[in-house]
Amino acid sequence: MAPHERKTRLSDLALLGVVLALTALGGCRSQKQRTVNLVGSTSVQPFAELLAQEYQSRHPELNVEVQGGGSTAGIQALENGIAEIGMSSRSLTEAEKAKGLVPIAIARDGLAIVVHPSNGVTGLSRQQIQSIFSGLITNWRQVGGSDMPIRPITREEGSGTREEFIKRVMGKVRVSRGALVQESNGAVKELVRGDPGAIGYMSLGLVGGELKVLAVDGVEPSVEGIAQGKYPLAREFLFVRHGELSSDAQAFVDFVLSDDAQHLLESEGLVRTK
Amino acid sequence: MKISQDRVIGWVLLAVAFSALSSLALITTFIFKEGVPIILKQGVGNFLFSNDWYPGEGKFGILAMIVGSLFVTLGAMFIGAIFGFGCAIVLTQFCPRRLVSIIKPAIELLAGIPSVVYGSIGVVILVPFIRDYLGGPGLSVLAASIVLGIMVLPTVTSISVDALQAVPRAYREGSIALGATQWQTTWMVVLKAARSGLVAAFILGMGRAVGETMAVIMVAGNTLEIPLGLTSPVRTLTSNIALEMGYASGAHRQALFATGVVLFVIIMVLNTIALAVSHSKAAGGRR
Repeated sequence: MAPHERKTRLSDLALLGVVLALTALGGCRSQKQRTVNLVGSTSVQPFAELLAQEYQSRHPELNVEVQGGGSTAGIQALENGIAEIGMSSRSLTEAEKAKGLVPIAIARDGLAIVVHPSNGVTGLSRQQIQSIFSGLITNWRQVGGSDMPIRPITREEGSGTREEFIKRVMGKVRVSRGALVQESNGAVKELVRGDPGAIGYMSLGLVGGELKVLAVDGVEPSVEGIAQGKYPLAREFLFVRHGELSSDAQAFVDFVLSDDAQHLLESEGLVRTK
Repeated sequence: MKISQDRVIGWVLLAVAFSALSSLALITTFIFKEGVPIILKQGVGNFLFSNDWYPGEGKFGILAMIVGSLFVTLGAMFIGAIFGFGCAIVLTQFCPRRLVSIIKPAIELLAGIPSVVYGSIGVVILVPFIRDYLGGPGLSVLAASIVLGIMVLPTVTSISVDALQAVPRAYREGSIALGATQWQTTWMVVLKAARSGLVAAFILGMGRAVGETMAVIMVAGNTLEIPLGLTSPVRTLTSNIALEMGYASGAHRQALFATGVVLFVIIMVLNTIALAVSHSKAAGGRR
């Protein structure tokens, strides 16, 4: 009995030892590898991930971690100290600025109004888009298309993309309760791709080739249109800082604003800041 | 020596058991503390029976979502009950043992598939199908019900199988000895005897359907309108929380916790009924 008992204890001890060793190793690793955390907008996220990848290939000693969650979640994470840099696809509110949050514009993007490729409509005015999303216009015939019900797709409450859309198109008018709600650019894209009657809004940089992008107030949402300030639904992608950045984070931000990185963003469909 | 060891282990296990319990207590206090004040502030009636959900304007009414959860759950249970009970009856009454050993694990395997996978399949296959053949946007009560109906199958089936297997052999033998066919025996004797277990299976499945979130967000459309038909899009209580929690702050966040309180109460009621029913079965058996 006794030797058997001792044996189990020994194996338990060994297991404990292994666990402790692993934990200690984990600790060492995170100490050696310095990390910058980015949290926020799902619209900015794919671009930030790309930039982080590029940066890490040049500076492997720094680990840049990018997480989504949404613009407002990113700003909260920043305030709570969970993230060092927040990402936002909407401009900061006055209240947020008053708390000492500072925006750093990293690129410009258009809010693309997207429809199914088979849709005959090529452009809408902001007034028409507003009426569609508020439920006043319900058939494509009313805006020069074929006889087909319009199915507007909006984003969830609190999304930066939604807030920009509300600010620039809806104003004080409410989005119709009947509008479908999807929780990411990807989900909006997937839905519009399959539904001939759908209309949605999403980040221009993420549209890809499968959807039809409408002109707004007669201006195509092209890189030139946005760069020259003609496209009415242009917006800025922001990094947000709270107080001073650490030298590591500052180095990453400097890289993002550098010519190389801006060029990279341009090749991905965004418009450079200057 | 030995006794003291037993005692130590006893204490440790007790502590572990209580830590699980205390996390339940913690969760309960937390959602009620966060959620109840805003319900009282809005007024219970306004919160439960108004359809105005405009967080930006400080209006929080969750009627559409309560109705939505109700519709989707009923739809799911319609599908889940037909297939789940059907499966259970076949497995326990009419199926060769070899086949049972294949079918039962296969159904239980359904429980292991992540809900995102159910959702994706719903979006890619079911939603376009409904849109093309039944009209509407495709994202609908029907799509959510079908996906959820499949998801509750393992729960409903395995609990019903247990209930049916628990029926004493003598009941069946007696019935068949009296000249009843196998189907008559199943319908009139076995199902009656297992009734309370089947009700418990139904209600536990319902609890699962009410609580499911991810798959529903993906296929339900999440509109704020009260659904008017099977092809209307719908938002459930759980999807409301999951959709907006990431961003919400202040009163909006509290209102989402309040949505959680409503959900909590609904699921508690369902579970209590399930417990009561299965206990009454035990009492009935003794009598």
